[in-house]
Amino acid sequence: MSAQWFVVLSAFIFSIGAAGVLTRRSPLVILLCLELMLNAGNLALISFSRMLGNSDGQLFALMVMVVAACEVVIGLGIIVGMFRRRLPIDVDEMSELRG
Amino acid sequence: MKTTDFGWLVLAFPLVGMAISALGWRALPGRLPGWIGSAAILGSFVASLGMLQSLSNEPEESKQLVGTAFTYIDTAGFAADLSILVDPLSVVMCLVVSGVSFLIHLYSVAYMTSDEGFARFFAYLNFFVFSMLLLVLAANFVLLIVGWAFVGAASYLLISFWYRRATATSAGIKAFVINVIGDVGLVIGAFLLFDATGSLDYFGVFEAAPEVFGRNDPQLVAACLMILVGAFAKSAQLPLHTWLPDAMEGPTPVSALIHAATMVTAGVYLIARCFPLFELAPAAADVSAIIGTATLIFAASIAMAATDLKRVIAYSTMSQIGYMILGVSVAAYGAGLFHLVTHAFFKALLFMGAGSVIGAMSGIQSLDRMGGFRKAMPFTFVTFTAGALALAAFPLTSGFFSKDEILAYAFNRGGFYVVLALVGYVAALMTAFYTFRLVFRVFFGPPVPEARELERGHMTHGAHANPATGEEEDTGVGFPGAEHHIAEREWAMKAAMGPLAVLALIAGVLGIPGLTDTLEHFLEPTFESSRFHEEVPSEGAEYAGLAAGGAFALIGIAAAYYFILRDPTLRLKTRERFAGLHRVLINKWYVDEAYDLAIVRPAAAAGRFGRTVVESTFVQGVLVGGTVGIVRAGTALARSMQNGELRAYAALLLVGLACLVLYFLIVAT
Repeated sequence: MSAQWFVVLSAFIFSIGAAGVLTRRSPLVILLCLELMLNAGNLALISFSRMLGNSDGQLFALMVMVVAACEVVIGLGIIVGMFRRRLPIDVDEMSELRG
Repeated sequence: MKTTDFGWLVLAFPLVGMAISALGWRALPGRLPGWIGSAAILGSFVASLGMLQSLSNEPEESKQLVGTAFTYIDTAGFAADLSILVDPLSVVMCLVVSGVSFLIHLYSVAYMTSDEGFARFFAYLNFFVFSMLLLVLAANFVLLIVGWAFVGAASYLLISFWYRRATATSAGIKAFVINVIGDVGLVIGAFLLFDATGSLDYFGVFEAAPEVFGRNDPQLVAACLMILVGAFAKSAQLPLHTWLPDAMEGPTPVSALIHAATMVTAGVYLIARCFPLFELAPAAADVSAIIGTATLIFAASIAMAATDLKRVIAYSTMSQIGYMILGVSVAAYGAGLFHLVTHAFFKALLFMGAGSVIGAMSGIQSLDRMGGFRKAMPFTFVTFTAGALALAAFPLTSGFFSKDEILAYAFNRGGFYVVLALVGYVAALMTAFYTFRLVFRVFFGPPVPEARELERGHMTHGAHANPATGEEEDTGVGFPGAEHHIAEREWAMKAAMGPLAVLALIAGVLGIPGLTDTLEHFLEPTFESSRFHEEVPSEGAEYAGLAAGGAFALIGIAAAYYFILRDPTLRLKTRERFAGLHRVLINKWYVDEAYDLAIVRPAAAAGRFGRTVVESTFVQGVLVGGTVGIVRAGTALARSMQNGELRAYAALLLVGLACLVLYFLIVAT
């Protein structure tokens, strides 16, 4: 099986994630979609790594996982905070930070 | 000790005195700053005497000594040392400056006692003396310009000494502005000389000048005229004279020191010092002689009508400096400096006497309010009259010998100089008249209430007010002090005026033609290279001139007696008869008004135009406003993108990413 299919799958997952980020309004779902996009990136990295017979891509994938874990910790923390303060769970309503 | 070491000592004393009074004034009680300042100047005078002694021991051929402290500037093609020149000319100047300054310091200790700014006054005064000595001792144009600018600054500080008086501060500004015009002239003149000779040392310039310049070379004439601008601004000659009468706003000792005895004669010193240049450029020397003559008669005419005691003396100063300028411009260097010396004595004395009278009048300076002080102030009367006799060139007084020697030299040059000398004689008649007009109006006639009070042993205390405008004042710092002081009650003032009165009467022995000529012989090493060194008037001519001058003086004094004492109504009748002329003289020939019309108002109009049109419309509106508009429009665009919509940001990001991917795809294929 050539690496091409893995990359196509990766692009497909990335697009699903991006569409989710753009269309959904719940911050929790947006966070999930972001994870999808990150993992699509990981998949692409690993498939290229395998294609080239070089382990650098795998190392990068590990690093991306670390970053994703950190991001989830902070993102979920913010979302839990929003629930506790009974703020609207809708990113369109939260547009106070503007110029 | 070398001769030049004395010169450095002369400079060091007043500098130290200034530092002590200026920095330690809180710790110095009462009159102590005054005594310290006076002691410093006395030290300077003693050092000058040492310099004189040491110089007269030098061999005949090396009477011009240069002492260098260190190299001041040394760059490509230009070098100037911090060096002083000790020669007969600078020694004479140092002796006069430090000697007269010492007496005036002594006088000021008493005169300024009750002023709140006592220590500040002495710090300024010492600074002035230091600057003046630096000016006369400098051995190159660089140091000369430093001293030249310093005396201008000191003069400004002292004219504006009573800084809460609006008239005093504006007089100070006027003096400073006109002096700066002179400074600029001097700097340009020095530059023109440096451009041609490649040197700024006096001797370097003087030696190179005959080789690079022909007679009346345009560049040399221009340089000399620029130097004359400096000299005329400092010495209050036409047309840069308007600051001197206004400078009388300063305390009277300042008028005596700076605006009579020392600073205003700096121009005379400068022309004498640069005599090799002026002899190479006779055109410039002629300009100088003509302006000196014009000034001497112009100022004398105003002095005949002015009614402010100090301003009359100020105009007579202008007039006497005109004589000196005439003298040094017709190559009568010894005579010009002789008059400088005697003038320093009698004019300082006259100002001191005027200060004493003004004290007795509790600040009033108008002659119309004065009269009959002879009995009330015998000491002031006697000394003032001694000074007046010398100023009027009464036979055998000091002014008699010095003034007539200048005119005799001018006669001896022939040509149009004869006309200048004749004008000088006419002005001498006027001088005698206005001088004794002062004496008769202040000391003779019926005593005014102030004089009567003083005869009973009590000094009047008038309201504290500005004598020029009548504005009320308090006696705090920045205004004159509460008490007035007169010579009759202060030994220090007497101690200052007494020696000057004696000198005013007998200093003529320094230059009796054919008999003593002490000063001229002493100055010979400086001036012996002059082309006109041998062209001296014969003794017969000099004595004829003396006789004529004496006769003019007596006629002038007699006329003053006739007009003012014998028949006071005659004075008023004459005034009515020549009402037009009188109005012109009272208004000082409308020179101030002409300047106002020609310079001040156009400058003010240009300033207003700049403020309203250029600044507020063009700069504020177009330049500043335009820039602000552009920045504001740009930021409005950037702000509108920051709308707070998270999904809009994400969309933008993705669109950007998509664009990048597309670009790389296109590039790759």
